[in-house]
Amino acid sequence: MRRITHNILQMTGNVIAVAATGVRAGELAVVAARRGESLAQVIRLERERVFLQVFAGTAGVSTGDEVRFLGRQMAVSVSDHLLGRVFDGKGAPRDHGPALQENLVPLNGPAVNPARRLKPTTMIHTGIPMIDVFNSLVESQKISIFTVAGEPYHELLARVALQARVDVILLGGMGLRYDDFLYLRDRLEAGGALGRAALFVHTAADPLVECLMAPDLALAVAEQFALAGRTVLVLLTDMTNFCDALKEMAISMEQVPSNRGYPGDLYSQLAARYEKAVAFEGAGSVTVLSVTTMPGNDVTHPVPDNTGYITEGQYYLYQGRIEPFGSLSRLKQQVNARTRDDHRALMDGMIRLYAAYQETLEKRAMGFSLSRWDEKLLNYGARFEQELMDLSVNIPLFDALDRGWTILADCFQPEEAGLRRDLMEKYWPARNQDHAAHQPEQD
Amino acid sequence: MPRTGTIVGVNGNHLAVEFAGAVTQNEVAYALLDTLRLKAEVVRVRGRRADLQVFEDSSGLRVGDPVEFTGELLSVELGPGLLGQLYEGLQNPLHALAERDGFFLRRGAVLPALDETRRWPFAPAVKPGTVVAAGDTLGTVPEGGFRHRIMLPFHLRGRWRIAEMATPGEFRVRDPIAVVHDDDGHELTLSLSFRWPVKQAIRLYRERLAPTDPLITQIRIIDSLFPVARGGTYCIPGPFGAGKTLLQQLTSRFAQADIVIIAACGERAGEVVETIRDFPRLTDPLTGRTLMERTIVVANTSSMPVAAREASVYTAVTMAEYYRQMGLHVLLLADSTSRWAQAMRERSGRLEEIPGEEAFPAYLESVIADFYERAGCVRLRDGRIGSLTIGGTISPAGGNFDEPVTRATLKAVGAFHALSRERADARCYPAVDPLESWSRYPGVIPADQLRHLRRLLTKAHEIGQMMKVVGEEGTPLADFILYLKGECFDAVYLQQNAFDPVDAATPAARQQCVFALLEDILGARFVLGSRDEAREFFQRLRLHVLELNRAPWESEAFAEQFRRVREFAAGQCEGEGASASVCPLRLALVETPLEAEIYRAPRIKPATKADLTMRPPDETDHP
Repeated sequence: MRRITHNILQMTGNVIAVAATGVRAGELAVVAARRGESLAQVIRLERERVFLQVFAGTAGVSTGDEVRFLGRQMAVSVSDHLLGRVFDGKGAPRDHGPALQENLVPLNGPAVNPARRLKPTTMIHTGIPMIDVFNSLVESQKISIFTVAGEPYHELLARVALQARVDVILLGGMGLRYDDFLYLRDRLEAGGALGRAALFVHTAADPLVECLMAPDLALAVAEQFALAGRTVLVLLTDMTNFCDALKEMAISMEQVPSNRGYPGDLYSQLAARYEKAVAFEGAGSVTVLSVTTMPGNDVTHPVPDNTGYITEGQYYLYQGRIEPFGSLSRLKQQVNARTRDDHRALMDGMIRLYAAYQETLEKRAMGFSLSRWDEKLLNYGARFEQELMDLSVNIPLFDALDRGWTILADCFQPEEAGLRRDLMEKYWPARNQDHAAHQPEQD
Repeated sequence: MPRTGTIVGVNGNHLAVEFAGAVTQNEVAYALLDTLRLKAEVVRVRGRRADLQVFEDSSGLRVGDPVEFTGELLSVELGPGLLGQLYEGLQNPLHALAERDGFFLRRGAVLPALDETRRWPFAPAVKPGTVVAAGDTLGTVPEGGFRHRIMLPFHLRGRWRIAEMATPGEFRVRDPIAVVHDDDGHELTLSLSFRWPVKQAIRLYRERLAPTDPLITQIRIIDSLFPVARGGTYCIPGPFGAGKTLLQQLTSRFAQADIVIIAACGERAGEVVETIRDFPRLTDPLTGRTLMERTIVVANTSSMPVAAREASVYTAVTMAEYYRQMGLHVLLLADSTSRWAQAMRERSGRLEEIPGEEAFPAYLESVIADFYERAGCVRLRDGRIGSLTIGGTISPAGGNFDEPVTRATLKAVGAFHALSRERADARCYPAVDPLESWSRYPGVIPADQLRHLRRLLTKAHEIGQMMKVVGEEGTPLADFILYLKGECFDAVYLQQNAFDPVDAATPAARQQCVFALLEDILGARFVLGSRDEAREFFQRLRLHVLELNRAPWESEAFAEQFRRVREFAAGQCEGEGASASVCPLRLALVETPLEAEIYRAPRIKPATKADLTMRPPDETDHP
């Protein structure tokens, strides 16, 4: 069996074909070109022809260059030495630290048996009322921030990472601008979280293939940490870049595109990553929070569309705020019944009133006359946006709930709020006495 | 001596294999990777080269590695012990795999679908000497709440004479229970189970019957407005977040079927987890047993191998047909058929077939139609009636129903439950659009009663649309009241609170009772002086009926609240106090000038033959 060949038959895009035998599907190889060595992965076998995807691209590769097969699959080293470190999209250090070789774990491991998954039950507190109160984030959830370019999504991502009480934070960066990478790294460092974090970052200037591997590295590591009983949060940004890399790859492989140039297996490719979110029976959990920038703010674009079918909800970040409409946490029902007895009712009630406020806004824009009720709604909507929706608001869940009651009491008569009577008696603040109403005999 | 071949190419999960001798299209083969046996299916043969689809990750395979052909088509095992199981797409039991292999699904892992150690008390139903044919009952074993019929294997042709028959006793699924002979002297030993190829429909019945009995799902908008029949088919397309899966979960819990089979096809694993964790703890009110005992889950979730995803719906429908063959009413819920279609698309792409629309293969429509046609209400050869109802969700790209999978499915099904983003955003659950959905089956509410109600909903919607332009002040009071009536019916009847223990499931009789009450009320002419007064009245009416919805059926509280609703409505009615006459709904519908206008000059004229022939030819392409 020849493990080294010098016979490159074909080069198109990032793909080369060489003549070799005994090569395994998915195996790694090293292509030694004049400008340096690059990893490559076997993507197709056809009799004596082996097709490889060259991570660093084929520019500068000569047909006489050496291709050396390594006899192993793509793998990542998993240990506590990862923490505090920064790597690139193929797992090589980006921070002048040593390369890690111990305890190698293959990427894209097998799927978790659904019989050994748990129903999620633990809420992740973020201090952001629009998440904690209205769309709670839950351990083992996979959820995406749907947003558009220019929005402060990395600020949001960093805040969640810093405030969430998790054991390990893993960042998979795809096609990041270099300054975004620096921002995220510095925020984690400044917040004292870098020590429990590992970063796998592909920047826009790095080879395309590495963009596809950055999330796999982060998720493979996450899975191992979770199996060891830790609570892991994985941040993936930006999944739209990941999908665009898939598209570029598929087109150069001459695959038939299905929708706006994206390959037909886009759904499966995304699902294979997101489904790594899991709560293991008797071990830890993996929570995945990703960023999906929607081209043209269009939720029906193939990337957000496929993502929405896979993730357990999304946070719609638009104009610097998490919009209550368009945002959804599918798992909130699993946790918000057990936080405080007024949580669900208050959430529903406030959203209902906020929806009414939106209608009033429309009415006003159309020039229709406004009733007294409409005026109250306008007042309520403004307070709601300022005191709860604004991203700078940073308060624990119970304080946020109390603030919700205060806003309601300031804007409406008790019967107008339309909440359950027992809760009203318990939580409705008495005028000018603030918390006095918490005593039941106050009624 | 197994027939073998040699791998000459690997492309994703597709193998090119050179073989000697004969191969059968769609037969199962195993690619041997060191000690692993990776299951594959022959999908194309060209000369001495067969294309195989591996049901698992193919990495590690080499050119030159051997392949073993089995000669058997992709099959499932049918016998007692299927109920309550959680299978993956190729019928491997996931609980047993978890016990053996731990957290992950190992490649090449195979376990028998049926527990081979469990003993079943078998009671023979025929004596030696009896002549039987495929599908005839040989005996029974108790399973869940049923007598599971042990039948002559379906693939046996012609007549077979029972030579030996076991006496009543306990048997494992592989133990011999009978020996049969055919006329040519072939002898066969039978056990409690046998295999059947998944892509072949089981057709051992005397005749197919029209699906006319409603399958009660206890979801009001379905049973009352867009019913599903036993033996019928329906589909639920909707954008993400519209509640497709929740609707399927509710149906799987509350539908009045004997057996429910859930094919979780390419969707989130978490949803399967909810089912398998909750069902063993929930009681089926019809039988008093746990829901899991009437349920089979086939889970090929989105991160599990794509090729097995396509097989999973066939695995599920084959088991469903098997139970129908025992005279049971079976409901198959497939979530989501779009993922199944996408798996077909991926396979078609790898085979480099000429793509159809959106790269789906050209045979998409016929494959979908074939699948739904496996549903049906049938009279079996011994006169018993069994049914298989199929409901599939669709996840159309961008929530746009004008796409290949939705279009192909709409041609194949008898009911259409369109979920709408608008309704979901407005938190109106279930988000089935009452104006866009349809059903061709009879439901719990007679058709003529429904017709008026549908008019009311359409009308209310039109007024609502108009109100967006002219504002409330530009809407006549009578129209405004009609609008509120529609809104009210929507809020208290079409919407249902899935998290309320009572409201989550509404039995048929209760639906008829409440529907009749609302029909009376909404048909009445109310004395309401102003828009504010009207709004307030309907708001209070709504709260009263919502309270009624929370009162347990056939309870004192229900009767009392029922009376209260009626009195409240009558108090505002035109006429003499509480004894006010309620006029029929259709009168209410023509009471507004706008309505009268529409009656005189319908905006949408029904197309007649004359209309069609008179139009210029370029406009007739949408008949």
